[in-house]
Amino acid sequence: MYNYYLIIVLAPLAAAIIAGLAGKSIGRAGAHWVTIAGVGTACLLSLIVLKNLFWGGAPAENIDVYTWAMTDGLHMKVGFLVDRLTALMMCVVTFVSLMVHIYTIGYMHDDPGYQRFFSYISLFTFAMLMLVMSNNFLQLFFGWEAVGLVSYLLIGFWYKKETAIFANLKAFLVNRVGDFGFILGIAGVVMFTGSLDYAEVFASADNVAAQNIEVFSGTPWNAMTVICILLFIGAMGKSAQAPLHVWLPDSMEGPTPISALIHAATMVTAGIFMVARMSPLFELSTTALAVVIVIGSITAFFMGLLGIVQNDIKRVVAYSTLSQLGYMTVALGASAYSAAIFHLMTHAFFKALLFLAAGSVIIAMHHEQDIRKMGGLKKYMPITYWTSLIGTLALIGFPGSSGFFSKDLLIEAVKESHWHGQGAVYWIAYLSVLLGVFVTALYSFRMFFLVFHGKERMDAETKSHLHETPTVVTAPLILLAIPSAIIGWFTVGPVLFGNYFGEAIFVTESKDVVAHLGDTFWHGSWALVTHIYKSPVFYLAAAGTLTAWFLYLKRPDVPQTIKDRLPGVYNVLDRKYYFDDLWIKGFAGGGRQFGQFLWKKGDEFLIDGVLVNGTAKTVGRLAGVLRQIQTGYLYTYAFAMIIGLTALLGWLIWLR
Amino acid sequence: MLHTVLFYSFALVMLGAAAGVVFSRNPVHSVMFLVLTFFQSAVLWLMAEAEFLAIVLVLVYVGAVMVLFLFVVMMLEVNIEAAKRGLTRFAPLGIGIALLMAYELMQLIWLRSEGVGITGGFAATAEGYSNTKALGAVLYTEHVYAFEIAAVILLLAIVAAITLTMRKRPGIKVQDINKQVAVRAKDRVRIVKMDAEKKQ
Amino acid sequence: MIGLEHYLTLAAMLFVLSLAGIIINRRNLILLLMCIELMLLAVNFNFIAFSRYLGDETGQVFVFFILTVAAAEAAIGLAILVVLFRNRRSIAVQELNTLKG
Repeated sequence: MYNYYLIIVLAPLAAAIIAGLAGKSIGRAGAHWVTIAGVGTACLLSLIVLKNLFWGGAPAENIDVYTWAMTDGLHMKVGFLVDRLTALMMCVVTFVSLMVHIYTIGYMHDDPGYQRFFSYISLFTFAMLMLVMSNNFLQLFFGWEAVGLVSYLLIGFWYKKETAIFANLKAFLVNRVGDFGFILGIAGVVMFTGSLDYAEVFASADNVAAQNIEVFSGTPWNAMTVICILLFIGAMGKSAQAPLHVWLPDSMEGPTPISALIHAATMVTAGIFMVARMSPLFELSTTALAVVIVIGSITAFFMGLLGIVQNDIKRVVAYSTLSQLGYMTVALGASAYSAAIFHLMTHAFFKALLFLAAGSVIIAMHHEQDIRKMGGLKKYMPITYWTSLIGTLALIGFPGSSGFFSKDLLIEAVKESHWHGQGAVYWIAYLSVLLGVFVTALYSFRMFFLVFHGKERMDAETKSHLHETPTVVTAPLILLAIPSAIIGWFTVGPVLFGNYFGEAIFVTESKDVVAHLGDTFWHGSWALVTHIYKSPVFYLAAAGTLTAWFLYLKRPDVPQTIKDRLPGVYNVLDRKYYFDDLWIKGFAGGGRQFGQFLWKKGDEFLIDGVLVNGTAKTVGRLAGVLRQIQTGYLYTYAFAMIIGLTALLGWLIWLR
Repeated sequence: MLHTVLFYSFALVMLGAAAGVVFSRNPVHSVMFLVLTFFQSAVLWLMAEAEFLAIVLVLVYVGAVMVLFLFVVMMLEVNIEAAKRGLTRFAPLGIGIALLMAYELMQLIWLRSEGVGITGGFAATAEGYSNTKALGAVLYTEHVYAFEIAAVILLLAIVAAITLTMRKRPGIKVQDINKQVAVRAKDRVRIVKMDAEKKQ
Repeated sequence: MIGLEHYLTLAAMLFVLSLAGIIINRRNLILLLMCIELMLLAVNFNFIAFSRYLGDETGQVFVFFILTVAAAEAAIGLAILVVLFRNRRSIAVQELNTLKG
């Protein structure tokens, strides 16, 4: 299997290098063929690995490939830890990546940076695989930063577009905040365990949890809590949890395929994956889990609300992504790691599908993204319409769809997570995910109705050119629609309740809500679907859908009225709770002013003026004084010698 | 007793002469005072039974070096008043430093030599001791190389002094034998061939 | 009895006098040279006194060499003085400050 792992990782890298460096000579077709071949190979081999692990019963493998550096007993290695969690992620990443590669042929057809784009997304696949297959923190960090880099490059892919440059810089900077916490967390791990290797760190986790750290002297904190919260800050940046979520909506400035691949299906779920991977650490800190669940709840509910007022088709999907990432985070906080990963998987399929469908609409609309200028596209784009419908239904959790299983069970898991006590944390989490269902249904169908139903609000020119997108675009839609629709049905049983993850995810027995669900709630997929009427989730989703139908199809004038009646609420939502203002004006502006201060006062005055030039001036002045004794007259020097001789004699007599 | 009286009187004269070297306004007087100082010290060296050096001091210093000084002082016709101007300005400083130094040296010689103690006069030399002979015995055996080097230094001084002061004076008519010998006829005589004049 | 201390004291006084002379007569190069001769004399006094005190002629040999070197020094110094005077028509020390950068 060792060779398989190497090929899985290196095939996309090789393809990226070929497409990137030799893009001119192999041409546009060459670029997409080589990268599709690379990623396709990786996907195929990933499926084989998954098959071997799951059906073949192969054991999890932990292989060190190469010792990169060694210092003071700290081994920095490149290595692979391939267990079922990794294999699942590998399949999701490579499959979605493959779909996006194919889709890109159509979407980027006329773009001058065609080869560059393929090179980047292939490089991204490599980086993401390095991240998920890592068996140590250093490689995890490498992958973490590498996907961040590619994300930066791809958001700013159209580098002549002002907003894109702003967005990629914003994404990079906000991620730096998270990464700062992340690397501090890794430093904490090294400090307390002296190792970067997962296996060794997990083995000494209990030991770490027993220790305290005094970040501020006098207030000892549990070392594990500090480490976990720091690591989670990293996850907050990468997985766009409030308040570090601000970069994700702006990242929609990039081309749609990467919004699907990076900012919906894979990279943003790296944080979720990381926390699940670190479950042996997080399980030991109840405080950290409480932080996780609260952050997740806030993100899940409030980011969903923002989706309702957005008019850019991609931004609506982006806020939906934020909200869904919040759901996953809540599941992590509730110790339902497997539920989170399961939702991650289904979400990857249906969210990638939704993004690609949105992209398809955008192509058809000639790069018009405002949903107020769409409508009635159903009859022009049937394939996009039906695949979008499947994606939307999966998103809102229509019974039987993949999203239904993952989300419903996720909510049940949160409901069961009594170990948080009946305190505020539990209720915040449970209420957020419940109300989130209604909100999700509302904004999903708002977008769906505004785009595909109702009046045709586009101008005549666009309308005359409307037609279904080419096969390279629709084929990935169909290929993604299939798992979106049905994958939950088959996988929910084994993944959640069949002890699929085994050793890969560690949950303390008393907190194991998923296992508890398996005992009390789970009676098979069919039973879950038929017993839907017992769950409030179903009614809330239905209510959301009906509300959307009423507001945007039946009485399109009502939303405007609501907006006029409640300007305060609308403004808060429209300005995204003023988070952007906080970050840009508050932190970035403050940072600029601070930098200005440091530049003017610190650098120009203190360092340049006082220290550098001041030193030179002082030396100059001193030398000016000293120069006075260098008269050039011989007798002055003789005199100095005499004084010196007298002083020396004096020292000899009196001081010795 | 006589020895002591002689020592003090010669010492006093010597110090007075040295003061005269330092303080007199006329450089010629200074040189003369210096000559006196050397004479007095030669006597004092004699009293310390360094007869050879005493004689050498008189011969070399008074006989040669001081004459050289006198010669230069007189030859250069230095403007005495100009050279002496500003004497008083530095006199207090010079005397102050000198007194401090003198105090320190007295401390060193008289008060700090407790371990040694006051010696109370030199020990008498052996019967039939000849300073010159003894000096010669070490000078030409132990220190013969240094002696040779001293000779070389003196030679060097002669060469250096002559080279420094010798100068070529332009416009003085002197013979250059080399040039005279090297002369050839064609350098001096130009033979011109010309046709005979045409007949008119 | 006249002993080592007396000679050393005398030498010290001579040395101090010449020291004062160097400071006071700093304008006149010839006098400076003469003061240096005086200083050397003072040093020679010390050598002779110690040589006598220790009964070791090596000190006197040293004086011999000092006299040699002093003679050479005086000759060269005066030669330089003459050259200087010839070049600048003056031996005033205050004009000799080419050492100053």
